Amino acid sequence: MSAYDKVLAARAKGRPTASDYINNIFSDFTEMHGDRRFGDDPAVIAGIAILEQTPVTVIGLEKGHDTKEKISRNFGSAHPEGYRKALRQMKLAEKFARPVICFVDTSGAYCGVDAESRGQGQAIAENLYEMMTLKTPIISIFIGEGGSGGALALAVADQVWILENAVYSVISPEGCASILWKDAKRVKEASECLKMTAGDLKSLGAIERIIPENENFAAVYKSISKLLVKTLHDFNTYSEKKLEEMLKKRYRKFRKIGEI
Amino acid sequence: MLTKDLFRKPKNELETSAKERKSNKVNIPDELFINCPSCRKTQLKADINESCGICPSCGHYYKIGARARLEMIADKKSFTEHDAKLTAVNIISFPEYDEKIEKARKESRECEAVITGVCKIGGYPCAVFVMEPRFIMGSMGSIVGEKITRVFEYATKKHLPVIGYTVSGGARMQEGIISLLQMAKVSGAVKNHSDAGNLYLTVLTNPTTGGVTASFAMLGDIIIAEPNALIGFAGPRVIEQTIRQKLPANFQRAEYLLKTGFIDDIVGRREQKAYLARVLKIHSGGRS
Ligand SMILES: [Zn+2]
Repeated sequence: MSAYDKVLAARAKGRPTASDYINNIFSDFTEMHGDRRFGDDPAVIAGIAILEQTPVTVIGLEKGHDTKEKISRNFGSAHPEGYRKALRQMKLAEKFARPVICFVDTSGAYCGVDAESRGQGQAIAENLYEMMTLKTPIISIFIGEGGSGGALALAVADQVWILENAVYSVISPEGCASILWKDAKRVKEASECLKMTAGDLKSLGAIERIIPENENFAAVYKSISKLLVKTLHDFNTYSEKKLEEMLKKRYRKFRKIGEI
Repeated sequence: MLTKDLFRKPKNELETSAKERKSNKVNIPDELFINCPSCRKTQLKADINESCGICPSCGHYYKIGARARLEMIADKKSFTEHDAKLTAVNIISFPEYDEKIEKARKESRECEAVITGVCKIGGYPCAVFVMEPRFIMGSMGSIVGEKITRVFEYATKKHLPVIGYTVSGGARMQEGIISLLQMAKVSGAVKNHSDAGNLYLTVLTNPTTGGVTASFAMLGDIIIAEPNALIGFAGPRVIEQTIRQKLPANFQRAEYLLKTGFIDDIVGRREQKAYLARVLKIHSGGRS
């Protein structure tokens, strides 16, 4: 598969969305709404659930399934209140020592008048800032599109995983081609150049793990569930010292990207 | 606010940005005269340099380079540069990027889109970073992220406040995911600096957009902006394409951000040094 084929696969109709992962991997999912500041953003699903026996906080960027749901979820492009809702749930996760699991699938943070006037940049910045020192494990899984700052705002994590055919990029290949070459048709070339596929991201140190895909997504959910259980067990953050180590490691992981 | 009467509001964002692009072409280092992109009057470049890069006729703020900014705020001979030699690298072998870096180095006479170091302002020591608009539009690649991270780590160790001037088109797409992740890296360094009880003040200048807005620009304990500076996550053209509507005239300008509560104040160029010195003075008896 070429890089562009992967871009298309990541966006393909019928590809499972965040809520499919949440419903298939966790039990007792209880959704929580609102940022307590402005409103509730349907592009972000957040709540609490059980993974095997462990209580967790789950957050997902949700694109929606049919046209009606897609429109109501703004195609998974969040407004500032969506990122603030996510952060609110993360703070509660810290308080109750629950690990945070994020599912990322967005073409990007929404670019609109309301989003800007409510501080899209500020909201994303605050998530990056707070997530870096959040005192509970964070695992982010890229399941489809990982579009720029709007994706990163849920991915300052101890572990970042990506589905085999998901992508993660600083800009969409269309945006890149039209800005750099003034030619949106060079999107295939841009997809290659941006190094946005799972394999490229792994070799650049941007992600920790690639999750193989399977026609039968039930198998994928199962493998993610197993990996989550094992990884969270390995974190073992019950002592203050372990927690400090984890946070140091989280900082070092991002600190070394582009380090000279 | 002096801004409202001093500066003509642009008709719309697209018109302004087109004009500014044109004016950049005129604005090569050795040109004697320059046409103000706002009032269109021809002026001696020397006069504009004398007046902090502010048009003597209409008050328009010219884009100014990082060195000129430093000169405006730092006490004489107090600046010591850090990591001066670090220069952009083509980290993911992006086509035509090497040539772009070369051209940017020539045009800006800088190695990267940010200068970092330590200086004194009104006698108060601080760490500084100042972004350079002529270097690929002040975009953030790995070296920009690295230099700013290092200056925060240094300031954390030495208990110094950080003053940062931003001007940026956002993350630099030629470095792919590596530039995007600089947003997290710098934000983490800012957080550690803050958790240690140190002051961080940002000055947002025209334009501050994209990944820089969505990371360290918006993380200051104190955030001020220059009059009429464009500040946003998405650029105005992207928004107009998304919503298929013209934007309101003052949208994403500093005055709008002040009104909506996202910045602490608007401070003119001539007043910035005194403002920074005052804030540093008030914080100088800190916990450390
Ligand atoms: Zn003028």
